[in-house]
Amino acid sequence: MDKCKTDEFKKIAYRIRKHIIEGTFNAGSGHPGGSLSCTDILTVLYFHSMNIDPKNPKAPDRDRFVLSKGHCAPALYGTLAERGFFPKEEIVKLRRIDSYLEGHPCMKSVPGVDMSTGSLAQGFSASVGMALAGKIDKKDYHVYTILGDGELEEGQVWEAAMAAAHFKLNNLIAFVDHNGMQIDGYITEVMSPEPVVGKFKAFGWNVINIDGHDYEQIIDAIEQGKMQKDKPTMIVAETIKGKGVSFMEGQVGWHGKAPDKEQRDKAIAELDEFLAGLEVE
Amino acid sequence: MSKKIATRQAYGDALAEFGSDERIVVLDADLSKSTKTDVFKAKYPERHFNMGIAEGNMMAVAAGLSTCGKIVFASSFAIFASERACEQIRNSICYPKLNVKIGATHAGISVGEDGASHQCSEDIGVMRSMPNMTIICPADAVETRAAVKAAIELNGPVYLRLGRLNVPVIYDEANYKFELGKGVTLREGNDVTIISTGLMTEMALNAHELLKNEGIEARVINIHTIKPIDKEIITKAAKETGALVVAEEHVAYGGLGSAVAEVVVDNYPVPVKMVNMGDRFGKSGVPSELFKMYGLTPENIVSKAKEALEAKKKCCK
Ligand SMILES: Cc1ncc(C[n+]2csc(CCOP(=O)(O)OP(=O)(O)O)c2C)c(N)n1
Repeated sequence: MDKCKTDEFKKIAYRIRKHIIEGTFNAGSGHPGGSLSCTDILTVLYFHSMNIDPKNPKAPDRDRFVLSKGHCAPALYGTLAERGFFPKEEIVKLRRIDSYLEGHPCMKSVPGVDMSTGSLAQGFSASVGMALAGKIDKKDYHVYTILGDGELEEGQVWEAAMAAAHFKLNNLIAFVDHNGMQIDGYITEVMSPEPVVGKFKAFGWNVINIDGHDYEQIIDAIEQGKMQKDKPTMIVAETIKGKGVSFMEGQVGWHGKAPDKEQRDKAIAELDEFLAGLEVE
Repeated sequence: MSKKIATRQAYGDALAEFGSDERIVVLDADLSKSTKTDVFKAKYPERHFNMGIAEGNMMAVAAGLSTCGKIVFASSFAIFASERACEQIRNSICYPKLNVKIGATHAGISVGEDGASHQCSEDIGVMRSMPNMTIICPADAVETRAAVKAAIELNGPVYLRLGRLNVPVIYDEANYKFELGKGVTLREGNDVTIISTGLMTEMALNAHELLKNEGIEARVINIHTIKPIDKEIITKAAKETGALVVAEEHVAYGGLGSAVAEVVVDNYPVPVKMVNMGDRFGKSGVPSELFKMYGLTPENIVSKAKEALEAKKKCCK
């Protein structure tokens, strides 16, 4: 991919990261760690791969997206705001009583949200349902979803995986945000879902292992997924929890904690600096 | 003002306090810092197991452990503990009447900013419908400690409904005698009775004062054991005060209000007015603002008490 294009993605992704910080800071709660780790995937989906129209968020033939790890709503909201589904000014009202930006994605209130999530694993099943509907209706749309690696501990994930392979849902492209952490610690210490790649292969999926912060790899994996004839695709994306904010990177403690004023200022300064660096190059 | 402690904190502290009983095993589902079972874990790491994000499995594993003589406390947020794992609780815990205690924290709309997906407001109704289940919803830290002790002593399933929010301590530790299945009369009065549970009890006490200023004497009864419910104290209140208000952090159907209405209809019908969330989901917001939006306030208890009084007057005509 040429550098120009990569820089374009970076600019968008780092603006989304700023929304994540501003949103959780203003709310005084929320989940920055896992939001920051899936930001680059969301950027590619909403600014490159998905067939969507912010002016017509319910278009019947659109591609669908389900954030199965719904606690990362700040990343989805930041992406939708950047893409023009709703005004960016709304972000600072995250989780407020007078806002439609609910703590977890709410399809009834937030423009562009295709499925209400928050209870882990249910979104993945819902994405199977959307893909199955596409088959029934003989439509060309694709369904995308992002799961957390801790989320894989839910038995329902494997029920959904079984169903998707059984129904040959080649229109389903899923991601595991493989950041290695959940709330109580490292996934391998709490309750290991490894080996993730081998498990999905055994469940009959087309599995691709990539660097989840590399735009070219994300795009290529999606293209490979789209070419599948009879298998759903699982893209296991290696990521860093807290990506982009130095003091949040690789820290379990930033799973569900909002930055305070000082931390917010530091994070925004870092992200701004990164963005400024892209401008001058 | 007395100090404030979340009932989930008191739960974790009590597990650690009574944890020397080697039959006790504590399970969690990747939320041990929030459910506070990490306090037990720090003291007895060999008897604390993190089951990962897999609540249905956790409940049935708890059932299996209990058949081998363990007293199992299985914890998660109330929404996942009660409703995600609902059928496992029904078929593997309640049906065989096994010795599993469900420590369900973050119940109710007081969860706040996480929003409707995480504000478990149907659990009393769901759990109440299951034969063999005992349900305890403590009002403060003192009552929580006593409830954990009672749950250990009782052989059978128990659902402990606990909160995220710091709430005032209303009982005096030294003098409080907790009796499973018995309501507690906190204020005397013969005009109307306010029956409450959980964090609504503090609001009921405030409502009592507001009513007193208007010359209305309201009895206040705290119901910590929602099932089996104290029929005696409710029937007595119906007879002596002739009007009831039930306040709970729950949806309109199936909760304490329904339980009280069932008792009253069966034994001594009088007007009953409800203070609850109604037939709707919550939303994100600061708990104090949500309480106002959803009518969970002392002021609303007062106005419902007056409605109950009016209804009583009409009945007696
Ligand atoms: C069914 C269910 N159980 C528990 C939770 C509480 N919870 C929210 S996030 C989380 C950890 C998720 O870890 P992971 O999937 O790895 O997400 P990430 O690290 O990407 O944020 C848990 C246990 C939930 N939302 N849903």
